[in-house]
Amino acid sequence: MKHKSISYAKWGYIFIAPFFVAFILFNLIPLVSTFYNSLFENYLARGGLVQVGPNFIGLENFKTMFNPETELGKYFGNTFVLWILGFIPQIFFSLLFASWFTDLRMKLKTGAYKVIFYLPNVIMAAAMGMLFYTMFAQNGPVNSIYTSITGKDAYMFFDHKWSQRGVIAIINFLMWYGNTTIMLMAAINGVDPSLYESAQIDGATPSQTFWKITLPLIRPILLYVLITSLIGGLQMYDVPQIITKNGEQVQRTSMTVVMYLQKHLFSKNYGLAGALSVILFVVAAVLSLVVFYVTTEREPKKKVKKG
Amino acid sequence: MAAPVDAVGEMSNSKQLLIRRVVGYTVLTIFAVISLFPFLILLINMTRETNDIQKGFSLIPGTYLFKNFKTVLGNHDWKMLNSLKNSLIISGLTALLSTYFSALTAYSIHVYDFKLKKFLFTFILMIMMVPTQVSALGFVRQMASWNLTNSFIPLIVPSIAAPATFFFMKQYMDSALPLEIVEAARIDGSGEFRTFNELVTPILKPAIAVQAIFTFVQSWNNFFIPALLLDDKNKRTLPIVIGIIRSADYASFDMGAVYMAIGISIIPVAIVYLILSKFIIRGIALGAVKG
Repeated sequence: MKHKSISYAKWGYIFIAPFFVAFILFNLIPLVSTFYNSLFENYLARGGLVQVGPNFIGLENFKTMFNPETELGKYFGNTFVLWILGFIPQIFFSLLFASWFTDLRMKLKTGAYKVIFYLPNVIMAAAMGMLFYTMFAQNGPVNSIYTSITGKDAYMFFDHKWSQRGVIAIINFLMWYGNTTIMLMAAINGVDPSLYESAQIDGATPSQTFWKITLPLIRPILLYVLITSLIGGLQMYDVPQIITKNGEQVQRTSMTVVMYLQKHLFSKNYGLAGALSVILFVVAAVLSLVVFYVTTEREPKKKVKKG
Repeated sequence: MAAPVDAVGEMSNSKQLLIRRVVGYTVLTIFAVISLFPFLILLINMTRETNDIQKGFSLIPGTYLFKNFKTVLGNHDWKMLNSLKNSLIISGLTALLSTYFSALTAYSIHVYDFKLKKFLFTFILMIMMVPTQVSALGFVRQMASWNLTNSFIPLIVPSIAAPATFFFMKQYMDSALPLEIVEAARIDGSGEFRTFNELVTPILKPAIAVQAIFTFVQSWNNFFIPALLLDDKNKRTLPIVIGIIRSADYASFDMGAVYMAIGISIIPVAIVYLILSKFIIRGIALGAVKG
């Protein structure tokens, strides 16, 4: 702007104020209060009849959380396994489809496919979970096909650790591969087209073009997709919560960290819920900082260093 | 690994291309079928009777569509219609508030110069990725102390601070809102607030529409926070009802009605999506940030 904008500065503050008022009231104060709660002994004993605390106990709740008997590691492990089972096929097929969709020589009609691939992403995760639960249930359609082909008894998908995890991973995959495909397409479309033209003139095969040009150039966005997906995975809740009936099925082998947090919140176990929230916050904050670094680094066209 | 189908050796160019296209269409079609299959089952089973559904899978629709619908509406434990209404109110107002105030926040950063601008902008970007669950404990207790348990306010008003929506708006303004327009409005004597409401929001319409859809869907599908706040039967939203159906004694349910309940929860959003899909997909590519 040519003019001095000082006289308008107050409007900047006025217009940005609602955001920060809402943020402070509904995010920041609750966050601080969550942290504060983590330092107190505060729970309901004897089936909710006796209120214990709040008594200040310092870092005791964190000691309890990190105590092997609490099995927090198991829940982080479950979360990671459920995430990676969905993410590996997701990134593989998204890359494949994105490179096909952007390949000018293949001339694919992509519109309908994009619409269909993205559809599961707008569907309520809880309803997706319920739908897949009914589909894979003892007398659901999957088992009716299975028994009519093999002649065996129905397979109890939700009585076995890995089949239960598999169903959750399939849902996560279906819900997110379309989104990732479209994001990667945008990234590939951002690559200078003259690079592809000269590669074609030099007689590069499509696979050479993919490995030598596309992949290196979209690496920052791949990294971004990876970490945002990891942060999303850390928050995984709806699908496993519905599938496993609040996590208890198959010895809690599909209970995620947020499901465990919900369990404490629901039973008003505020001290431990607070400590768990702080731990979750730290993990998410570290991952967010990486995202922040990656996205701001992207602008000056600097290559992100490999580890 | 993504490219073994691409390495088709030395063949005439057109033949090689044909093979690649056939392989491409085949794989894509298989995935389209996989993606649609669950919804096909849903649509068919919504029309079938419990006994038929239990007997086995069929591709032929039944005749129980209206009966299942009536069963769902008549279930006083689920209160499906009421929950549908609650979900509509909450998601609609959330989309409205969130997009308007995100646009206003982005406008503040885009147009004005003020001391804290850089700091506040960086700050919003940094909190973008913080999961809502980490402050859920404090949030739920604070709402309880304000007597807002079973109120829709805690599910609607916090969406005024939506960093991801803000970021999308900011990016859109960078490409579509030249400062000259604002300058010209000033010369014409338009007040700052009026300029935003009457001149700027029409320019932002495409961005507002895309984000309104995303915010609506996100709120519609939200399960974690509503489940902690709403325990009054009359205040439930759809995902909570789905949770209740799953937690109850599943085997005792009318399966046709269960499928119908799932259908009622997802079909409205699916229809809106299919109508606006071109628009939405362009929006995802633009934003490159998950909501």
